[in-house]
Amino acid sequence: MSTTTTSGAVTPGSPILQAKNVTKTFGGAGGKMTAVDDVSVDFHAGKVLAVVGESGSGKSTLARMLLRLLPVTSGQILYQGRDVTNIRGSELRRYWTDVQAVFQDPFASFNQFFTVGQMLRRSIRLAGRSQGESDDALIERCLGYVGLKPDEAMAKFPHQMSGGQRQRVMVARALMMSPKVLLADEATSMLDASLRVNVLNVLQDLRSELDLTVLFITHDIGQACYLADEVVVMEHGVIVEQGATDEVIFNPQNDYTKRLLSDVPDLKGSLKSR
Amino acid sequence: MSGINPLSELEAETRNTNVADATSVLAGLTTHPRRAKRRRSGGFNVSGRFWVAAALVGFVILMAFIGPLVYPFGAGEKVGGLYDNPSATHLLGTDNFGHDVISVLMTGARNSLYNGLVAGLVATAIGVAIGVLAGYVGGWLEELLMGITNVVLAVPAIVVLILISISLQNTSVGFLKGIMGLALVIGFTSWPWTARAVRAQASSVATREHIDIAKLSGARTPGILWRDVLPYLASYIVMAFVLQVAGAILAEASLSMLGLGPSDVVSLGVQLHWAIAFQAVGSGAWWAFLPPTIILTLVSFGLLLLQSSLDELFNPRLRRGKRKAMKAAAERRAAAAAQLQTQPAGLAAGAEEVLA
Repeated sequence: MSTTTTSGAVTPGSPILQAKNVTKTFGGAGGKMTAVDDVSVDFHAGKVLAVVGESGSGKSTLARMLLRLLPVTSGQILYQGRDVTNIRGSELRRYWTDVQAVFQDPFASFNQFFTVGQMLRRSIRLAGRSQGESDDALIERCLGYVGLKPDEAMAKFPHQMSGGQRQRVMVARALMMSPKVLLADEATSMLDASLRVNVLNVLQDLRSELDLTVLFITHDIGQACYLADEVVVMEHGVIVEQGATDEVIFNPQNDYTKRLLSDVPDLKGSLKSR
Repeated sequence: MSGINPLSELEAETRNTNVADATSVLAGLTTHPRRAKRRRSGGFNVSGRFWVAAALVGFVILMAFIGPLVYPFGAGEKVGGLYDNPSATHLLGTDNFGHDVISVLMTGARNSLYNGLVAGLVATAIGVAIGVLAGYVGGWLEELLMGITNVVLAVPAIVVLILISISLQNTSVGFLKGIMGLALVIGFTSWPWTARAVRAQASSVATREHIDIAKLSGARTPGILWRDVLPYLASYIVMAFVLQVAGAILAEASLSMLGLGPSDVVSLGVQLHWAIAFQAVGSGAWWAFLPPTIILTLVSFGLLLLQSSLDELFNPRLRRGKRKAMKAAAERRAAAAAQLQTQPAGLAAGAEEVLA
């Protein structure tokens, strides 16, 4: 393990979600592939933590394990200090009221046979609502967070909306549970640049409004810099560097991090002038 | 039972397509906004093949269900002697019992269709249930269910069919003696192909993100299967069902022709059985064996054609109109390229400069 920890500046508030020595191995007899190798990460309440790495670095696998959508091969996942690695059934659904996610592809995330309204109503059972709030009021409130109006969005099918709208509906869905942790797995990578900033700002606002802990998974170190308090850099399933955003981005210790940073397109040194 | 085997072809075909393609196939009608618009603006986008298939199947259905209501002679009515020649009153003559052949044909076709429908429903229901469970849940349950499926698949179905249908003839349960009993037996022995084909599709749908979202929304497994998996498989299941119906009609015909069918009911296969038993072929009574053969051919061909035209409808990649359009586009591009080459060199150089 060549983990270079530059941590220390981060306030040591108690971690809300923790991964302890988590490993995921795919494949059986034919040949094994270790997607995530002995990863330990702490997520601190109220912070935005970015996991950065190129395709195949295991960051999405890590996210799916944290969401308990994928079983871990070994290791532990702790939520508020409680072991949630093997919970099932109603306990797991209770976990999902606290930990929610938005995925990469805003079209694939929709069941295309459902309208937005049908999709959102489905979450009602898990929804965390304030006293005396009706179903419609709850939906209206959550759509309001992402700047959508119920009478415009509810009756629409996914193919009748733009990519940005779809992704904002997905964020609204996740917010219906009043989650404490929101995992955004490449949530902006299929959106165009202006929508991307739009969704990033929505996440930023929510974090301050609702005191959300955001886990932001991305291959784009620029977005991580824009949003995150802390950055974790993954390569081939291993964490190679982690620490406060400023330290990792402006004073990288690891070669892989340096390479990732050097690949960020720079407006001044564009290809034309080379 | 060879009529059922096209399903294996269907399965092989979809195995070759990757997940994205498979899902676009499954997505069927509702996915494509442009197609949805076209649908709203007027009619399905169906090929001529579909209309031929629909006409064939429709003709047989009309004949089987409307025909007996308007035809003057009943199927059990003795109207002549052994193999009377076709005449003005009996256009296809009489069969070995002296019954009017057209009347027997219509009632037989109705029973054959009825048999196909029941057997197709039973086989599709079992196959879809097992396939979806195995494909979605995975793990040891998938191993177990697919193990059972493969065992059932390995048992020669025709032998089981013969054994069960013989024992059914001696059963004391009334309704099992008729065409219904045979239909159930055929249904219970022909589901494995559907199960395997549906499993492949279900396991591809199970990895899609909307399933994860459904789980995160608190949906339980039965709800996910019903609302998130089955709708994506619907077009595929319809096609599998059509194949099962065709297979069941042929299976019933071959069993009945061998004399293993229901004893006191007419069907297309039973008609052929009596034609063979009473030397219709040898005595030149073509009207006794040709009509049921033709109707059988029409209905099974029509159903297979219907399946393949539905496939074309659900799977845009197979649409021949599109292929033609792509070919035309390629030709246009080639023509444009050729035109570019024949242009004076100076002009081309100028163009390159501009591009650079």
